[in-house]
Amino acid sequence: MEKVLLIDYEKCTGCRLCELVCSVVHDGVSNPERSRIRIIKKEEEGFYIPVTCRQCEDAPCMNVCPVKAISRDEDHDFVKIDYDLCIGCRSCVMVCPFGGMNYNPIERKVFKCDLCGGDPQCVRFCEVKAIDFVDADRVSLLKKRKTADKVLISRKEIFPSSQEVYI
Amino acid sequence: MALNRKIAYIDLSKGSVEIRSIPLNVRKKFLGGRGLDAYLLYNHTEKGCDPLSPDNVLIVSAGLLSGTCASATARTHFMAKSPLTRLIGSSNMGGFFAPELAWAGFHHLVIKGKAKKPVFLWIHNGEIEIRDAEFLWGKTTTETQWAIREALGDEEIKSAVIGPAGENLVRYANVITGFKNAAGRTGMGCVMGSKNLKAISVRGTMDIKIAHPMDALGYNKKFIEQITKAKVSQTQGKLGTPFIWGATNSWGGVRTRNFQYNQLEYADEVEPESIDEVATKTIGPYHMTGCFACQVHCRGQYRIPSGPYKGVYDEGPEYTSIGAFCSEPDCRSIETLLTGNHLVNQYGVDNLEIGSLISWAMELYEKGIITDKETEGLDLRFGNDEALLEMVHRICNRRGWLGNVLADGGIPAAKKIGKDSIKYLVHVKGMQNLHSDERPTPALALGIATATRGSDHLRSRPAIDLYHLPEPVLRKIYSNPIPYDGPLSSEHTSYEGKAWMVFWQENCYMAVDCLGICKYHTLFLGATLPNFEEWTKVIYYNTGLEFTPQELWEIAERCYNIERLFNLREGQRNDDPEKCDWLVDRYFDEPCLRGAPDVIGAKIDRERFKKMLDEYYQHHGWDENGVPTEETLKRLGIDNEPSHLL
Repeated sequence: MEKVLLIDYEKCTGCRLCELVCSVVHDGVSNPERSRIRIIKKEEEGFYIPVTCRQCEDAPCMNVCPVKAISRDEDHDFVKIDYDLCIGCRSCVMVCPFGGMNYNPIERKVFKCDLCGGDPQCVRFCEVKAIDFVDADRVSLLKKRKTADKVLISRKEIFPSSQEVYI
Repeated sequence: MALNRKIAYIDLSKGSVEIRSIPLNVRKKFLGGRGLDAYLLYNHTEKGCDPLSPDNVLIVSAGLLSGTCASATARTHFMAKSPLTRLIGSSNMGGFFAPELAWAGFHHLVIKGKAKKPVFLWIHNGEIEIRDAEFLWGKTTTETQWAIREALGDEEIKSAVIGPAGENLVRYANVITGFKNAAGRTGMGCVMGSKNLKAISVRGTMDIKIAHPMDALGYNKKFIEQITKAKVSQTQGKLGTPFIWGATNSWGGVRTRNFQYNQLEYADEVEPESIDEVATKTIGPYHMTGCFACQVHCRGQYRIPSGPYKGVYDEGPEYTSIGAFCSEPDCRSIETLLTGNHLVNQYGVDNLEIGSLISWAMELYEKGIITDKETEGLDLRFGNDEALLEMVHRICNRRGWLGNVLADGGIPAAKKIGKDSIKYLVHVKGMQNLHSDERPTPALALGIATATRGSDHLRSRPAIDLYHLPEPVLRKIYSNPIPYDGPLSSEHTSYEGKAWMVFWQENCYMAVDCLGICKYHTLFLGATLPNFEEWTKVIYYNTGLEFTPQELWEIAERCYNIERLFNLREGQRNDDPEKCDWLVDRYFDEPCLRGAPDVIGAKIDRERFKKMLDEYYQHHGWDENGVPTEETLKRLGIDNEPSHLL
């Protein structure tokens, strides 16, 4: 079964350990600029959103690449870059709708999430499970469960006396 | 490498910046963070310098491990001669500033002189500029941070700033980053204000090479498990430090009505669970947030639920805000608590100091030592929420006679108010005590009496003394890394062996303050949390530096002694009631009136306390006046200070 990164932004505490872990795993250095995942903060709202590559099926980065350096890895089902072919034009950075493609100004090359070859380290270190790695068929069902929880909460707020029905 | 992070000397009078490397031998002696700051302060200030003059030196630092892949290395340390105590000023904050400073290439900033007009420092990838800050002057702490981001066009900039309290030279103004991360104590924001330095802004994208990356990650995973498994971390992650207030208050260890009582009764509305309820309602089910790379996430988020500030977002409140806006002034409204917390954050003032001083003024008002004349008609009785918040505004703006007087700190205020007002001031070395009551716990009392920065719990508090751990467990903890076979007692009311526990915790906290690790990741509130052994591994995997736990202990002891030397040089003496290792008389003369059976009637015994203090000096290798002996200084390699290695 294909597995995907599932991001539950509400759980994110904004600590950014995932950024560190990502850069250390891939480059042996600690530097969020080298991280594939970034926590974007709306501090005045207390809102933290992990943003990374969505490994799109019909990936704009793959489509736009003029030298066909971007393809799908069949073994681990992620979008990968072939650096032997890459010419460093950054078209992929330009067209990505999510900001999932990154550019490293030190080594002057683009880089992106490779799901750590099937064992994403950001997931391993996220204690609150704001990022999880789940079977692809679970993604939608988990969202539906959350929706159901919200319905339950609002129902309880509207009809507090009917609470016992749900206990 | 973390080790190639630089030190910058910034002279605001001359407008000059000089950047230097930090030699390895200095690292090995003082590590970084608070320890190296203490060395720098001792070396770069003259004896007796005026804390508000250009001669005072403000030192800002990231910990040695800040920005590496070690957990919770978010702490930024500030040090200067304190305008509040005129002894060592030292304060430490979480957030995201320290790692950013390290990624910008720096570990220590030594700031001297005074700018002619308001400036801020812009630090970016190895470069430091002194920039005009006229457009920031007068702004609150968050307004300042957002304005800098806007002016420089980068949302990722992290700034440590002062608010109006720092500009107005309130002696206990603090430095803030984010909403509520504060280098809160000893008036470091006042020192910034005196230098016309409104903010320090950093942005860094420079690599920190990890010495053994995969080992560092693997060990960090273990370290995190050790942290998150502890019940105390889990509770902190749900309720934050208010949980400590709740537990302590139910037992009877929280100062109330400026030390007249030791428990706030009928406090349901401000219990941690009530705060949690407001946070859940106004933010959502996941309302806890964390500092950089921390798994404890003990920082609450909320919107003020009612009143003139309804809907305003802020973070916290911490234990000290509940002390300042609830137990001490005898108030019990969550609106007052959350509003007060917001005000101190925006003004940039130490919530602990201001809350304690207002409550002191309330007691003086109750006793008729100050009257409506001094308060200019303000009904400053205990339990008056409006008067409490009004006093925050007055002090931070130095408005009115009393506001202006209290802004100068407890001892100067007592001198101006006169009569026997000093009798009711609860302080050590001129700094107000935490809103906890140490009368039932001699160990905790010794800790606040001897802390270098004045009355303080975060320099040596052996909090686990309250857990009644079996003696063999205590021995396992406290006889490592240095052997100890003296007395140890599981009984928190005992005076036996407590001096050693205080000494041990001092070194424990100094070590993490050098590394930049938060104290909630240490053996502070949980007996299973990391200490010296674990830190040597974290240091090795991340930086390649090899220490034994004993060597790390020795570094901590060395740094603590430098702080002591600074204080002695600046006039700390046990025959000076303003600058001594001793408690105010109320601790010895007034028994606790409320709380659990082991608390009611508790007070500190003078003679036994003195004996404990002597014991504490002996453990340190200090003479009967608390002065390090020649032999101790030689043993620690600091017998020739100032040695000007940096």
